[in-house]
Amino acid sequence: MSPRLLKKALLRLGFWCLIGVLLLYAVFPFYYAIVTSLKPSSALFEVSYWIENPDFSNYAAVLHQASFLRAIGNSLVVALCVVTLALFLSLTAAYALGRVKFRGRGTVLMMVLGVSMFPQVAVLSGLFEVIRALGLYNTSWALILSYTIFTLPFTVWVLTTFMGQLPHELEEAAIMDGASPWVTLTRVLLPMLWPALVTTGLLAFIAAWNEFLFALTFTLTDSQRTVPVAIALISGGSPHELPWGLLMAASVLVTVPLVILVLIFQRRIVSGLTAGALKG
Amino acid sequence: MIKLKLDNVNKQLGGARILRDINLEIAAGEFVVFVGPSGCGKSTLLRLIAGLDSICAGDLLIDGRRVNDLEPRERGVGMVFQSYALYPHMSVYDNISFGLKLAKTEKSSLRERVLKTAQILQLDKLLQRKPKELSGGQRQRVAMGRAMAREPDILLFDEPLSNLDASLRVQMRNEIARLHTRLRSTMIYVTHDQVEAMTLADKIVVLNGGHIEQVGSPRELYERPASRFVAGFLGSPKMNFLPARLQAPGETSLIDVAVLGMTTLPFDSSNLAADASLSLGIRPEHLSLRAAQGTAGVVVTGVEYLGSETYVHLDTGQDEPLICRCEVNAGWQTGDRVELQLDIDKIHLFDADGTALKRHPHAIESEADDLSRCSIRAHAL
Repeated sequence: MSPRLLKKALLRLGFWCLIGVLLLYAVFPFYYAIVTSLKPSSALFEVSYWIENPDFSNYAAVLHQASFLRAIGNSLVVALCVVTLALFLSLTAAYALGRVKFRGRGTVLMMVLGVSMFPQVAVLSGLFEVIRALGLYNTSWALILSYTIFTLPFTVWVLTTFMGQLPHELEEAAIMDGASPWVTLTRVLLPMLWPALVTTGLLAFIAAWNEFLFALTFTLTDSQRTVPVAIALISGGSPHELPWGLLMAASVLVTVPLVILVLIFQRRIVSGLTAGALKG
Repeated sequence: MIKLKLDNVNKQLGGARILRDINLEIAAGEFVVFVGPSGCGKSTLLRLIAGLDSICAGDLLIDGRRVNDLEPRERGVGMVFQSYALYPHMSVYDNISFGLKLAKTEKSSLRERVLKTAQILQLDKLLQRKPKELSGGQRQRVAMGRAMAREPDILLFDEPLSNLDASLRVQMRNEIARLHTRLRSTMIYVTHDQVEAMTLADKIVVLNGGHIEQVGSPRELYERPASRFVAGFLGSPKMNFLPARLQAPGETSLIDVAVLGMTTLPFDSSNLAADASLSLGIRPEHLSLRAAQGTAGVVVTGVEYLGSETYVHLDTGQDEPLICRCEVNAGWQTGDRVELQLDIDKIHLFDADGTALKRHPHAIESEADDLSRCSIRAHAL
């Protein structure tokens, strides 16, 4: 083989090896979690990478716990509410920030960016007092409020950027047709923003779904807990035993919907994050 | 009947005055073209009429009532944008009917109006398509349909043909002309292309640097330009300009023209001083050439063959060559020496500010008494 062909083949091989390594690094923990969840508890500490006899007893045990199912329900309600609220507020905010030139616009945008850099831990105690004062402690609304507060900077920023890229003439055409700002936003601009909305909505959903700190702090009873906290509190037969099988089963159950959602919307996400430029 | 009146309209943005003291009257059913170089304010003026930008000073009156503070939809105007600005997620039918829907038009009447508009513009087969499935010309027609559907009193066009290729542009130009004949509505058209202006307009408004240079029919502007700018803007190739000096002001002027020497021309220069600098303008088609004897005359520096005519470039010592339109078979070659003949009726004189001098209707006594053809011999260079 000529040296050039050899070099090409080697580069090809190296490329695919790199892909393989990256895949392994990303997927392996999840894969092992699935494998572990399908093992009966006795076989837990035997290291095996392949499932001989899938054992669904862990899944059965997890799903039988009513509190776990309620936790999934709570998470779903909270995440969906957060997404709806955040998208609505950030869409209207982005319209003002992205299309209207008003004095102080730059300042507002900088403030939004600045707030998004706040560490959650720093805000925790202050937010706790607010939640208490509003009487929202130990309800889903506490979480909805907190997550929306922390998701808004990101969604506002992304949607403002997308909004600013939409052609001005479309808006002017709508004005000539007699559209009010609300009609322009909902019937002309909104349909063009779908990729951006899907991206931000999905990311907001994932953030709300996986959030642990506020969920732990602002809920008290089992009936109000969300899934990350519920998983953390799964305990085994004795205080020294961690029921790995149950934990893995619960984790898989909780992660699978997210993975499916992302796979369904992946093309939208990519076009939303990369393209951005819409031809009007 | 005056449809639209601009009364001392001014517009400034930041510190820059974009439009100054615009006074204009447009009659109902007229096709008016705003034309001018980039940055002259023609698009801004159109947007002021549309209601997309606010008027800083002055009044805009439509049908006699002041509409400065009215929304676009309340003014009875429709606009066709340069980039079409069609709603990409809606079908052609939805695009055209959008304005009607917002005006809460009754459903059967809405459908009827959309179908009628589509039929006028030959879009009836395309009603269910999305904009991305249409060609440039079709999109342009949808944009026109959307503006027309609400039957506005005034239709505004903002450089609608700039995004089309040359042959499509000619075709669409004819369609717009036919549309105007059919609808008889008042149309205001903005373009930087003087060919579009000349072919479409009932009335041309030439804008330059934010103010109106001249308003008139295409013929008036072409044959009797009021300023050097208008003279040089309309007509392709451009009018030729030669610098000149006023020797004796009066009702007829004795001037000394570069290349052509001293001559008396029937222009009134009584308001100017002696030795004032002037520009003599003559269009390429009003020049004729004759072979020169010996070293007299000017040299041909280039010949452009266009099929129906040729343009001969002549070196007159100026920065730009003199261009003369000749017959195809005239047979001029680069390097020939030629004598210029100017049609005296078609000469224009402009003073140092660019204002045209008034032409005197009286007969003049000049070296050549032949009024229709004044032969001015060129100096040897």
